[in-house]
Amino acid sequence: MADSTAPQSRSRDLDKLLLRPGNLVGPNFDPGTEMRDDLQQYARVLVVGAGGLGCELLKDLALSGFRNLDVIDMDRIEVTNLNRQFLFRLEDVGKPKAEVAAKRVMERVAGVNIVPHFCRIEDKDIEFYSDFNIIALGLDSIEARSYINAVACSFLEYDSDDNPQEETIKPMVDGGTEGFKGHARVIMPGVTPCFECTIWLFPPQVKFPLCTLAETPRTAAHCIEYAHLIKWDEVHSGNAFDPDNPEHMKWVYDEAVKRAELFGILGVTYSLTQGVVKNIIPAIASTNAIISAACALETLKIASGCSKTLSNYLTYNGVEGVHSKVTEFVKDKDCLVCGPGILIELDTSVTLQKFMDMLEENPKLLLSKASITHHGKNLYMQAPPVLEEMTRSNLCVPLYELMGRVPKDILHATGTINNDNKKTSGLRKLRIVFKGIDGVTDMDMAGGA
Amino acid sequence: MAEPKTKYDRQLRIWGEQGQSALEKASICLLNSGPTGSETLKSLVLGGVGSITVVDGSKVEVGDLGNNFMVDESSIGQSKAKCVCLFLKELNDAVKAKFVEEYPEELIETNPSFFSQFTLVVATQLVEESMVKLDRICREANVMLIFTRSYGLTGLVRISVKEHTVIESKPDHFLDDLQLNNPWPELMSFAEAIDLNVQDPAAHKHIPYVVILVKTAHEWAKAHGGALPSTREEKREFKELLKGRRIAMDEDNYKEAIDASFKVFAPQGISTDLQKIIHDSSAEVDSNSSDFWVMVAALKEFIANEDCGEAPLEGSIPDMTSSTDHYINLQKIYQAKSEGDFLIVEQRVKNILKKIGRYPNSISKATIKSFCKNARKLRVCWCPLIEDEFNHPSLPALQKYLTDEDYSMAVGFYILLRAIDRYAANFNSFPGQFEGGMDEDISRLKTTAISLLNDLGCNGLTLTEDLINEMCRFGAAELHSVAAFIGGIASQEVIKLITKQFVPMCGTYIFNGIDHKSQSLTL
Repeated sequence: MADSTAPQSRSRDLDKLLLRPGNLVGPNFDPGTEMRDDLQQYARVLVVGAGGLGCELLKDLALSGFRNLDVIDMDRIEVTNLNRQFLFRLEDVGKPKAEVAAKRVMERVAGVNIVPHFCRIEDKDIEFYSDFNIIALGLDSIEARSYINAVACSFLEYDSDDNPQEETIKPMVDGGTEGFKGHARVIMPGVTPCFECTIWLFPPQVKFPLCTLAETPRTAAHCIEYAHLIKWDEVHSGNAFDPDNPEHMKWVYDEAVKRAELFGILGVTYSLTQGVVKNIIPAIASTNAIISAACALETLKIASGCSKTLSNYLTYNGVEGVHSKVTEFVKDKDCLVCGPGILIELDTSVTLQKFMDMLEENPKLLLSKASITHHGKNLYMQAPPVLEEMTRSNLCVPLYELMGRVPKDILHATGTINNDNKKTSGLRKLRIVFKGIDGVTDMDMAGGA
Repeated sequence: MAEPKTKYDRQLRIWGEQGQSALEKASICLLNSGPTGSETLKSLVLGGVGSITVVDGSKVEVGDLGNNFMVDESSIGQSKAKCVCLFLKELNDAVKAKFVEEYPEELIETNPSFFSQFTLVVATQLVEESMVKLDRICREANVMLIFTRSYGLTGLVRISVKEHTVIESKPDHFLDDLQLNNPWPELMSFAEAIDLNVQDPAAHKHIPYVVILVKTAHEWAKAHGGALPSTREEKREFKELLKGRRIAMDEDNYKEAIDASFKVFAPQGISTDLQKIIHDSSAEVDSNSSDFWVMVAALKEFIANEDCGEAPLEGSIPDMTSSTDHYINLQKIYQAKSEGDFLIVEQRVKNILKKIGRYPNSISKATIKSFCKNARKLRVCWCPLIEDEFNHPSLPALQKYLTDEDYSMAVGFYILLRAIDRYAANFNSFPGQFEGGMDEDISRLKTTAISLLNDLGCNGLTLTEDLINEMCRFGAAELHSVAAFIGGIASQEVIKLITKQFVPMCGTYIFNGIDHKSQSLTL
């Protein structure tokens, strides 16, 4: 049935969606070859994670008209990845995931260019992330999602009416899977809820009470966690437990078996020991394929406008039949991350050092060891020593001067956040307003860069 | 070469060695190796399916390079089946892979017996007429079948298996089997031997809630003529009784008892789902009956004759605040009862097997044990022939879906997916497939859809103009991400069918890539 007179195009199927006008499309949809070619030439998408979701995302995006992709992942390939991370083979075990994934997709899809980054997401500076049009997340931890979310939201600026400025919105598409379940969501900072706005969606991690582990164990998992969390330190004080060290794991298993025997508890196996200690999440190829495909489709829609986008959270469960549900969550206007920012009013005389002390005490922040940037310019850096030395002299300068004497502007601060006695590294957006400065007070001037 | 078990670790934690073994014994046939089919097979190959046979008569074109990961420049002009097969073999060299360069429609027409050799057929991108024919062939040959279609931003997945029985349905949330509302003698004696009013505070707060509830329920029953709390007031009173026994606010065991008190109020007996299964005509077994139904027949006898109408005890207990000693002893009591129930069922299975002329040990102990443990969670799925659904869909269901906001777009796509096949039969191409004449195609599709709805008896119901336009815009495009999504769903269902674990979908799953309000429609 093919129309043999027309020249064959690689884009044969995608063209139907990108070149033709429609009614159920995005608000600024401008169908045509120009848009399609712009997508190929200029659109840049970052895929965070090159594991179960990442591999699928790279393939899906490469076959959705994108030509400029980057992928970042700090891990190396392991044998247990091979049941679903299809870009990797047995010979690849030990190599960096990002590099092998990029190479394999480029080999198969001509014309696509993928730049791999074998490093931690925290190792890249903010400018790196600002270069991308869309960030697609294939992560497996709450912490990593939190970090990228904070980075993307840090670009967001608000006008004087507290409306987000469209050109500063950095869209993210986030996917997650566990066994037969998964989710896919679209995050438009300032418009839809960000990751932090809906952090309550994630159930708290199961932690066994210490007295159960120490005195009244009942299950195999209790015996394992006793060996892992209590007995290890007693015997190996100083030497940290390494879950990837098979000898360490074997030690924990043996101790767990002993404890189980002592109490008459059945069920301690090596497999269970690994599962409990490493918090292994069962994973299969099909769920990853489903969720990544949804994410890639949304990425295409956001970039091209070729259809309406998911609004805004899809949950998927394939345990009993196939169930998916779309929920439209609402953003938290007081969100520390995607909201208009923590408003801090200052006298023009306040020095950078005094300002940093205030950050530590501010109950909404509790940010210590801060490094401060102003539109990408380092005002003070805690590390590396070279930068610290270079910026040390700024500490006694009034912040007002350092920021170029503008009446208000956004600063970004990274540092250690004290969250319920748990210290995490984080990035916060600060909206600085200098008291007593008259004249033009709209944000346009500040956001002009 | 690394031990194969390690590679499969993450999935073994889901379906275990038995499930993996079933996968490794399965032979799958794929019809059409565009992205929809090849992405389905990808997940199965990665999972270690035994063998695959890829059937496709087409050659690779330039356009395929834009939507199919398994072909590249060097494949152009070659058999698509061959190229896809090669790629899949690379993904997992433990999988046996073959290809057949033939159009599926021709095989269906001229060589239906071809399909009998397979465990399951994945039929992708077939039109209605072929689907109906293949469905009949596979039903005859007792071969499992799954249809998938990917069309623009929509598509479908539909299983067609006459009867699929599931012992290990592994539901997400299922009430534990504590029988607090009907304790057996050994549980009663165990509870009786424990004094709730023990002096030592540590001992007081380490009595497991099962014991607390069994004793308190027993006291209540004695004071109320043998009945358990049933009215709202009584249930509240019962909880107050529990609260009154606390000697300190930090007694987690009492908190757990209060939270779990609803288990005491729960009605006795088996669920309506299980009732349906044991009363099904298939439970009247003969020499042709499957092992599953033989065991159901034994279960039916068990429920009727033992134990006040309960299923065999599952045997495990959830973790709960308790001293290690009490907990281990409680575990042993539950395990012993479960073992005892199993032995009774096993004997009945053997007797039934003898009666129907089969070897009494022909169903293994392990199988019967698993059956007993999962007795309350058994599931049976029956799928009508696709022909029946096409000719006589449930009108009330259709009407309900069309007027429900959450379903309307999905059911609109369902109708249109059927309409485009009718359209293609009349006009030799799909609407919007080629450039030019879009307005005419839209109008023709609308007419086709209306006539389809009329044929189904839904006169007067309409589809929105926007959706009809959109369907024409799609022009039979096979988009990679949509194919990957649908392929993922299909492969998951195949795994459930082959491992006989978890519950496969019922009805037709319609993918809605516009707002992601995809739905399973039972018509």
